[in-house]
Amino acid sequence: MAASMFISGAILSRKLLSVRVLSECVRVTNLRCLSSGLVEEQPNFPGSRSKWTESLDFVQPDLYDGIPVYRVMDRKGNIIDPASDPKLDKDTVVKMYQRMTLLNTMDRIMYESQRQGRISFYMTNYGEEGTHIGSAAALDDNDLVYGQYREAGVLMWRGFPLDRFMNQCYGNEGDQGKGRQMPVHYGSTEHNFVTISSPLATQMPQAVGSAYAFKRAQNGQCVICYFGEGTSSEGDAHAAFNFSATLECPVLFFCRNNGYAISTPTSEQYRGDGVAARGPAYGIATIRVDGNDVFAVYNATKAARHITITENRPVLIEAMTYRIGHHSTSDDSSAYRSVDEVRQWDSTQHPIARLRAYMVTQQWWDETQEKAWKDDCKRQVMQSFARAERRHKPSWKEMFTDVYDEVPDHIREQYEYMAAHVAEYEEHYPVKNFVKNE
Amino acid sequence: MKQLIRSPVFKRLFRPVLTSSCVIGKRSSHFTYFPDTVPESQGETVRLNLFQSINNALDTALATDNSAVVFGEDVGFGGVFRCTIGLQDKYGKDRVFNTPLCEQGIAGFAIGVAVGGATSIAEMQFADYIFPAFDQIVNEAAKYRYRSGNLFDCGKLTFRAPCGAVGHGALYHSQSPEAYFAHTPGLKIVVPRGPIKAKGLLLSCIRDNNPCIFLEPKVLYRSAVEMVPTQEYTLPLSSADILVEGEDVTLVGWGTQIHVLREVADLARQQLNVSCEVIDLVTILPWDRQTIFNSVKKTGRLVVAHEAPVTNGFGAEIAAAVQSECFLHMEAPVERVCGFDTPFPHIYEPFYLPDKWRCLSAVKKIINY
Repeated sequence: MAASMFISGAILSRKLLSVRVLSECVRVTNLRCLSSGLVEEQPNFPGSRSKWTESLDFVQPDLYDGIPVYRVMDRKGNIIDPASDPKLDKDTVVKMYQRMTLLNTMDRIMYESQRQGRISFYMTNYGEEGTHIGSAAALDDNDLVYGQYREAGVLMWRGFPLDRFMNQCYGNEGDQGKGRQMPVHYGSTEHNFVTISSPLATQMPQAVGSAYAFKRAQNGQCVICYFGEGTSSEGDAHAAFNFSATLECPVLFFCRNNGYAISTPTSEQYRGDGVAARGPAYGIATIRVDGNDVFAVYNATKAARHITITENRPVLIEAMTYRIGHHSTSDDSSAYRSVDEVRQWDSTQHPIARLRAYMVTQQWWDETQEKAWKDDCKRQVMQSFARAERRHKPSWKEMFTDVYDEVPDHIREQYEYMAAHVAEYEEHYPVKNFVKNE
Repeated sequence: MKQLIRSPVFKRLFRPVLTSSCVIGKRSSHFTYFPDTVPESQGETVRLNLFQSINNALDTALATDNSAVVFGEDVGFGGVFRCTIGLQDKYGKDRVFNTPLCEQGIAGFAIGVAVGGATSIAEMQFADYIFPAFDQIVNEAAKYRYRSGNLFDCGKLTFRAPCGAVGHGALYHSQSPEAYFAHTPGLKIVVPRGPIKAKGLLLSCIRDNNPCIFLEPKVLYRSAVEMVPTQEYTLPLSSADILVEGEDVTLVGWGTQIHVLREVADLARQQLNVSCEVIDLVTILPWDRQTIFNSVKKTGRLVVAHEAPVTNGFGAEIAAAVQSECFLHMEAPVERVCGFDTPFPHIYEPFYLPDKWRCLSAVKKIINY
């Protein structure tokens, strides 16, 4: 085969006097004819582009030590290699710190409010504030965000007001989600944050689809998709990784590996080298970072975004962190992990503490400012909370709208039936809490 | 010797003889196709079969909407049923493309494309394989607008899937899954009966601002041929078609079953002197209740027929709604002629389908109730 191609190339070159044709034949035949015999040196299966081997070796899972964790700061908040310091200006760093602490304060108050029966449910973000703020700060505000449910800091960064967080949790008339979903299922078009849904990993292939649409629209934006390490076990995660690579989409996959999926530790979630090891297997450029190091998260996200935008291909960031809080208000994590373990993470390597240490070193922050800001946070959150609690719920007619773009007859008839029923049995329904139906 | 074998005499003598008891060739179908026609006012028409008319609708969608993209398994070369033939060449690989083999991925990706502002047209290779996508379709697509308070939606999303009996499809190439999805508020489900309807309905689905599932009866892809208007047109969803007017019994179905019911109407007239009103539901969700109610209030008798299994098939919804709304007008209970409560079988297909004899028998039963 190889020899005949060489020969036919020579004939063609005589007939066509085409140097290009001849060199093409030479390129194709490569070293095959020049080596001894005509044995193929490379396998030519359509499915793989590797080499031959005659050793019966399995690639064992412990082949290497694991993808290393990129960091900028040490555990105490000191920059290790000055070259990796993103050297953000004071305003940006102070904003980062303030948004992380405001989130932390809001979490404490909202968690308590659930315990007091004021809201039905809540999820805190303790320990993961660095993953939110570091990544959000490195994105463009118009990049579309698909979240899982533990990314409130991204909205914080983008300026989603406290009132809107509260309104959604209370499901009151100020909630743009119209009270349809459980607390923490935030969404905002102005902040380019797709409304959260409870099923896990469903957002992942959707993020890929939106990225594809952005690529076609050539709007210069990327899509970022947040998910936890537990979620990465879902089939939709596999689908998303594969589609993002084959369809060449500008999507940034950001995995918050926080050690637990409710009670399931990572040792029961996966056996390989975390989520990062899967990236290259799908053809995705991948990095693992210290999720509690805001600057590392920032640098990695910035670089990753650049790849997605300029090369229209996906990137995977696995941010290693720790879920300091319970999974949600329905969970008591002392049932499956030691209080000591949690305390340890709450006191060392905390993203907020490390950033504060950096700011103090830069002389951008001190005890006085810390106290003043803490009080300010608390005041802001409490006032917003009080406002939200006082408001009515939306008109219950909204239960029947937005199923379709327009209300079809059968749904309208169901509303009319219920309106008549409520009119007759009003004392049995919490009508007073709701805005009056028109 | 070779010459002997090749001779016509030899061939005639030794031609294999198949008795009717062992014919394993193509089975005749259980229905006769009743083509639609359009009035001359519709303009120029061209002879198209179902897959060609669907191809035409997709071509139109791609031509009139620069954001529109068509994707799924094997759609690039034209698709296993040729519905996307020529489209990749015409519109490019960025607009008409293959996805990896993953229905949940196709569905999730399709939703994201729509949320991202483009018109999203996804193919599921067979309706039988739509189930891995069930979570994305039911929990995500259907609820996108509602759960976000109308901040976000995936209205510009259409799923297409070949469905229904094809003669030899068995468990996994014959299913009609409309009932599973009909239980999900937020979706639209549409089933064409032929090429003229398909072109207009598919274009309506693509342009509709709600996620739609367009189920294409695969047995009609080649066998259903009509003179289809060449111009672009849409047809209303949620509007049932009264194909034959009648006085005594209402027959309701969709897709291939319409052609069975039209023949049943003829047989009923000839053999029983019974006048049947045949209605194509067209859209399963939201369904045109009023047209069905009006008809049953007139005739007092209803037969619903569908290939999907009888228990909890969509006929059950129609029967429940009709008996509630039309009770005092009914002369007999609602009859459902459906597939049996078994998986769709291979060799037993002739016994499984709600064929014209079972439907005619149901008409006879309720006429004499």
